[in-house]
Amino acid sequence: MRITTPTRALGIALALGLSLALSACGGSSGTTAKSDINCTTGAIKASGSTAQKNAMADWINAYQSACPDATIDYQAIGSSAGITDFKNNQTAFAGSDSALKPEDAPGADARCKTGKAINIPMVGGAITLAFNVSGVDSLTLTPAVIAGIFNGSITKWDDTKIKALNSGVSLPSASISAFHRSDGSGTTDNFTKYLAATAPAQWTYGNAKEWKAPGGLGAKGNDGVAAAIKSTDNAIGYIELSFAQDAALKVASVDNGAGAVEPTSQNAAAAITKATRAGTGNDLKLNLDYTIKEANTYPIVLVTYEITCQKGLPSKDLALTKSFLTYTASDAAQNGLTDSGYVPITGDLLTDVRSAVASLA
Amino acid sequence: MPSSLIERPVDGPSATPPAVTTTRRADRNFAGLARGSGIAVLIIMAAIGAFLLWKALPALQANTAPFLTTSQWFPDDPAPRFGIAALAFGTLLSSLIALAVAVPIGVGVALYTAHYASRRIAPVLGYIVDLLAAVPSIIFGLWGLQVLMPNSKGLWRWLDQHLGFVPLLRNDLDSYTRSVALAGTVLAIMVLPTVSAISREVFMQVPKGHLEAALALGATRWEAMRTAVFPFSRPGVVSAAMLGLGRALGETIAVALILSATFAINWQLTEPGGNTFAANIALKWNEAGSVGLGALIASGLVLYIITFAVNMAARVVVERRREFSGAN
Repeated sequence: MRITTPTRALGIALALGLSLALSACGGSSGTTAKSDINCTTGAIKASGSTAQKNAMADWINAYQSACPDATIDYQAIGSSAGITDFKNNQTAFAGSDSALKPEDAPGADARCKTGKAINIPMVGGAITLAFNVSGVDSLTLTPAVIAGIFNGSITKWDDTKIKALNSGVSLPSASISAFHRSDGSGTTDNFTKYLAATAPAQWTYGNAKEWKAPGGLGAKGNDGVAAAIKSTDNAIGYIELSFAQDAALKVASVDNGAGAVEPTSQNAAAAITKATRAGTGNDLKLNLDYTIKEANTYPIVLVTYEITCQKGLPSKDLALTKSFLTYTASDAAQNGLTDSGYVPITGDLLTDVRSAVASLA
Repeated sequence: MPSSLIERPVDGPSATPPAVTTTRRADRNFAGLARGSGIAVLIIMAAIGAFLLWKALPALQANTAPFLTTSQWFPDDPAPRFGIAALAFGTLLSSLIALAVAVPIGVGVALYTAHYASRRIAPVLGYIVDLLAAVPSIIFGLWGLQVLMPNSKGLWRWLDQHLGFVPLLRNDLDSYTRSVALAGTVLAIMVLPTVSAISREVFMQVPKGHLEAALALGATRWEAMRTAVFPFSRPGVVSAAMLGLGRALGETIAVALILSATFAINWQLTEPGGNTFAANIALKWNEAGSVGLGALIASGLVLYIITFAVNMAARVVVERRREFSGAN
């Protein structure tokens, strides 16, 4: 068979490209999807959100096994502390469960010297209402009822308001043990943002990282709340999807007005994609629409960001930061999120995330 | 020497050697060294206090609520509101429960190992109790959460049903978990080795002569304890309790895991709720904003002052009892 010149040229180019990619990732043979990783060397530090800790751990593991000469150290010390580290020039990027606040922006911009700090959404999450009520396998709740349970006005499982949403489910006449986080938490912040936006009449406590409503029971950390729900009859609590999955807890569907929606990774990803942009240019700060009423769109979601300098990172950090974030925004990395109970960034937003990462200089 | 815990250097006539008037160089050096160490401790204490105050002041100035009487903790709000009333209440209450449980048991264990147990069993028993002190506090926390909490519900319910007329033991929520009573019980176990180890050493210091004299006069074993051992050891036991209290006041992670961590002053000990200084700092530190950090440091300053005051009070008690104890 005679090979035409253009095809041969393409073949050579492909082979060259492949070998280049392979040589760049020395020692990568045997692992998959390495074409997403464009290796570089060096060491960077990052710190921040505990919410994205497991995603980061998986990604760093994959990246470092592909690129043995690169070291990425992500310390899950909390979003606020991560932003402080970033402002103090301790880290190359910060993980945060909320975009930079106006009061933090000047300090972060100052750290970036010539450039500005930008928010890049990278890991999504769904906040589920996990419950432990014997005999109840599925449960549907509306914002008003969720707020009622957590503000203490709905105290029994067989309350008429819950019954009305769950015909055919035999609800016990037992007191509800409503668990919240006893530690400061972005999960609480996002959950109360949702309640404040969707049930303002029932939820008058606004949003904060601290739990502001009186009553209820507190437990420490997502894992603490999950364990508490599991060990307490008639309990309900808000935890991130991965923890509900790990603890094999049943989770409630949420009806925002367009029918009950299950808290799955896909349904949550749909809500994140539909978020409006609050930032300009490559700053991808998002405004989540908690009141969204669409089928297969789970409304109680959160987005965690990587905050870094669009321009102005020290040159020793830039290449590795850019290479690593390019990987985390790749299909392989994002698809892997679903397995660990996170929610991937999808659609147009993912395209924008990639161009934001590509713009780092 | 364990006895140094209870006996300060005596300032009596024997402390200054009357015969030797010229002090040697080595003596002077040693005195200087000792004095220096003493002064260093004071400087370190003052520096800690000053550091806490310096870090806390901006937050205290931003606070829009009275710091000492507020039972809320919203320091990162646009108008920060935070106060330590509930924290102080919960800290003192859980520590007092811990002492109320641990001191009788700890003294009992000490008394048994020092004066009742046979020579062969006593040291073994002593070691075992001392080993409790080597268990990390997170283990106590997890044990409290996963073992004691589910298994003690019946006890708290029984107390509510049979002794519910006592306001402290009434439970109106029908929920018996994550309570101050539970945290106090776990703290008691953590404090127990401190109380019993020091008490044991003190009981062993009782002069043989006192004990034998009491027995020779026809006292029963218990009467000998009451007349010879207790009066001699009282300051030491108070010291032991105070050291235990110090640990209970500052215990962090076990309490943070167990308590429901609410900001309310609730006298009903078996209901979920309660919070302490140290637990609140551990729970809120990671996600605290700039005012939040300052607020937590301010609460740490209060804990520092409370601990200081408790220790001073203990010193006063020990000093006063000394005169009546008949020891030495």
